[in-house]
Amino acid sequence: MFVNSNFKKKKTKLSENGTSQQQSMNMKEKGLYGSSMIRIETKNLYVKYGTTIGVNNVSVPIYNGNVTALVGPSGCGKTTFLRALNRMHDLSRDAVVTGKVLLDDLNIYDPKVNPVSIRRKIGMVFQKPTPFPTMSIFDNVVAGLKLVGIKDKKFLNEVCEKALIQAALFDEVKDRLNNPGGSLSGGQQQRLSIARALAIEPEVLLMDEPTSSLDPKSTLKIEDLMVELKKNYSIVIVTHNLAQAGRISDYSIFMYLGDMIEFGKTKDMFQNPKDKRTEEYLTGKFG
Amino acid sequence: MHQAQTNTDIIKKPLPIIYRWLGDKIFLTVVFILGLSIIFLAFSMAWVLYSEGRLAINEFGVIGFLKGSVWDPGVRMVFGALPFIFGTFITSVVALAIAFLPAIAIAVVIAEYAPKWIGNIIENFVHLIAAIPSVVVGIWGIFVFAPWMRETVYMPIFTFTANNYPSLLPVLGNPMGYGMTTATIILALMIIPFTTALTRDAISQVPKEQREAAWALGATKWEVIRMAVLPYARGGILAGAMLSFGRAIGETMAVAMLIGNKNTFPFSILGPAATMPSVIINEFREAVGNLHLSSLMAIGLALFVISLIVNLIAAYITRKLSITGGQVV
Ligand SMILES: Nc1ncnc2c1ncn2[C@@H]1O[C@H](COP(=O)(O)OP(=O)(O)O)[C@@H](O)[C@H]1O
Ligand SMILES: [Mg+2]
Repeated sequence: MFVNSNFKKKKTKLSENGTSQQQSMNMKEKGLYGSSMIRIETKNLYVKYGTTIGVNNVSVPIYNGNVTALVGPSGCGKTTFLRALNRMHDLSRDAVVTGKVLLDDLNIYDPKVNPVSIRRKIGMVFQKPTPFPTMSIFDNVVAGLKLVGIKDKKFLNEVCEKALIQAALFDEVKDRLNNPGGSLSGGQQQRLSIARALAIEPEVLLMDEPTSSLDPKSTLKIEDLMVELKKNYSIVIVTHNLAQAGRISDYSIFMYLGDMIEFGKTKDMFQNPKDKRTEEYLTGKFG
Repeated sequence: MHQAQTNTDIIKKPLPIIYRWLGDKIFLTVVFILGLSIIFLAFSMAWVLYSEGRLAINEFGVIGFLKGSVWDPGVRMVFGALPFIFGTFITSVVALAIAFLPAIAIAVVIAEYAPKWIGNIIENFVHLIAAIPSVVVGIWGIFVFAPWMRETVYMPIFTFTANNYPSLLPVLGNPMGYGMTTATIILALMIIPFTTALTRDAISQVPKEQREAAWALGATKWEVIRMAVLPYARGGILAGAMLSFGRAIGETMAVAMLIGNKNTFPFSILGPAATMPSVIINEFREAVGNLHLSSLMAIGLALFVISLIVNLIAAYITRKLSITGGQVV
């Protein structure tokens, strides 16, 4: 009931603005969208670096319990879009964000909203693994919890173990949780970064090319992980690797030169791209 | 000029042979000679100190000299370095302890909090402090700082102690303004710039990714600094602390002007004391007899060795704790 009415509201809002959304909101997909709630929705989102436009008027929903892939050629604004979803642009002076990003109907750019609390709800994993090199594996995982003053050792142990299991790293590190995070291999470090993001139990997980610097085996592990994680999280993943997007994502957003060209179910988009540019990208004509 | 020359021509044009061959050789030779002469210089200094100090070392023995707590050039002609080693150790350790956190705090303000132009002003100001000749610091200490400390800090403490805990007075010492505490505080001020400068450099080397990782966990600005920035910069911070410590050990003029120059135990908190450099500079020209002069040289040698050891430890710690490319090395 609730889901449906929510969906209708979203639908009318969506069709009010933007042309690119309308095409993906056809009747065929209605049933599919109705089955899952919208977790994040951007509305007329712009990100500008001075005069360079990084993201140009993007309005798109991110569905709960799904993996949404952001694809497009290098420099098209994928990272810029992703970082707008948890206010990471606040940290650089040159990026200006306008428009809305609704997290469960709350505009995260509302002046009353504390960006710190937003980042705890919307976790992020970066392209390069970023363990804190001076901290042990354990301390890395629970870093986000210690931040909010949780000191209960038993609780931290439980969370650490759970997050490491979720990140498919536990078996490899369970005997050396006190070793430095920097002592792990690249793939392990990336899974450690994921565990660290999961430990604070965000609602949404943003991942910026999380496997681009990893070997195939680690990549596979992280892909499996995402399929597993989407049961509890909404995941947005930037990827250069179309095969990867095809394997793990439910929805895809294709961006080109800052514009969102196409949004839809990955299966549909990859088989029948509606826009010529999407088709060209998917068939390897550019990018 | 030669319009016909293309880029390829320019790139492929062979360099003059003399430039390539001789350039390498000359550079290598110069570097080699410079490197060797620095090592030679250090050794020859140590040698001079040793040969001049040999008389005292033979007389008292190495251990005996270092452990000797009497320094009496007037009557008994007995020389022991312990009071000065103690004075140097206490003043520099305490000065470092006082200076460490403020120095880091200043660096954090410069690098992270202050608007750029204010940060620049503070930074230049800190550099300026490092550039003040220590004799000028000493004069300021004598005429401004020491009297002020005596009136506003030492005297009240002294009166309070005299009224309430008279038995502690010998430990507290004479509040005349010149003494170990005054010298230590001045020393702390003088070494702050070194820790600050190296900390600030280290902070600016922390990769953006590390900060962002902390932001993404919901850290506030201060938490980012505490969790990602300072730990990553710890190698540089400690290098700065060790550099400061080395400066404190070797600082001569300002300390000699302010410490009160008392050559024998017992030292007290506010009362006069002496350090290894201060006794050398104070007694060098009025040394009575060869043994006295030789003892001062032996103190110089000890100072040289201690500084060397501090530097080696510093280099080791810094290497051990530095982080490159996200790895602890
Ligand atoms: N910090 C920045 N300052 C200025 N321009 C930037 C900055 N970051 C990205 N851009 C520009 O924004 C556009 C989108 O970049 P980005 O989002 O990183 O693309 P992608 O992740 O898809 O490769 C590019 O043209 C890039 O040059
Ligand atoms: Mg990118």
